[in-house]
Amino acid sequence: MPKPHDRGSWPTDEPIDRDEHPHADWELRVHALHQVLGRKGLRRTDELRRAIESLDSDTYQSLSYYERWTAALEILVVEKGILSTEEIDQKMADLASVGR
Amino acid sequence: MTEAHDGHQHPGIDGDDGQTYYARRAQAIEALLVAKGICTTGEVQLAMEQVEARSPADGARVVAHAWVDAGFKTRLLSDPIPALAELGYALAETTTQLEVVENTDEVHHLVVCTLCSCYPSTLLGRPPDWYKSLAYRSRAVADPRGVMREFGLNVAEEVKVRVLDSTADLRYLVLPRRPAGTEGLSEEELAKLVTRDCMIGVTDALSPVSMASSA
Repeated sequence: MPKPHDRGSWPTDEPIDRDEHPHADWELRVHALHQVLGRKGLRRTDELRRAIESLDSDTYQSLSYYERWTAALEILVVEKGILSTEEIDQKMADLASVGR
Repeated sequence: MTEAHDGHQHPGIDGDDGQTYYARRAQAIEALLVAKGICTTGEVQLAMEQVEARSPADGARVVAHAWVDAGFKTRLLSDPIPALAELGYALAETTTQLEVVENTDEVHHLVVCTLCSCYPSTLLGRPPDWYKSLAYRSRAVADPRGVMREFGLNVAEEVKVRVLDSTADLRYLVLPRRPAGTEGLSEEELAKLVTRDCMIGVTDALSPVSMASSA
């Protein structure tokens, strides 16, 4: 079996769902963050692709498009030593407690 | 498996604010990048506006210009980056290459990105959800005529179908056939016939007749 991102000619008769969802603010922000890091030379399109393609099959297929971009963003900033997973966990917890 | 996905639980929706796990994760990453001075909120805001500023109207303007100006069309097909610069589109700022492919009575082009979602965003904005869907990415190469029929386009048997698989480095824009009965139209009127979908190749450009009946 090819890796899950390598979609060409996967056997499927699933009709193409042509509904388009309006983009949420966070989705656009993730897109923008990738672009900003790209302009600073901190991320290339090929790296985004490679990070997305490194997701395991279940994760890849269960995540939405910008969820994959978020997972890839984390992989890249951690890999480059810009942020650590622990810092991100902590920040998430902090933001959640502020929101309560 | 990657470190980021090892041993974490990923609940879908957080009960408190209705935001998903990944939306909150993204918010945390952005907050940290800003706090560390890697980027500013202003830069993110500006990039958001730039992403939103592009739309298929840009591609439609290019196509309509190619329909009325044969010299431009030749330049667009042979060397698109400088040709697009004539209209004010600066693709040279990225390393991405673009190829413009012409649909004719002999050959019809259909664009897909089987691996992800590569797309000529400078001219079309962000890709539609279906372009990124697993179904389109799988089927566009296996059964392009069937896919186009789903979009309402029946490509005649004698017309050759070429499917172009985009990459991170090379994107494609389809130059659709100019519809019949448009000889008297202005460039601006022509641009209204050029839909996003016909520049991907899943449909033809609108005909003035179908425009009138849908109005």
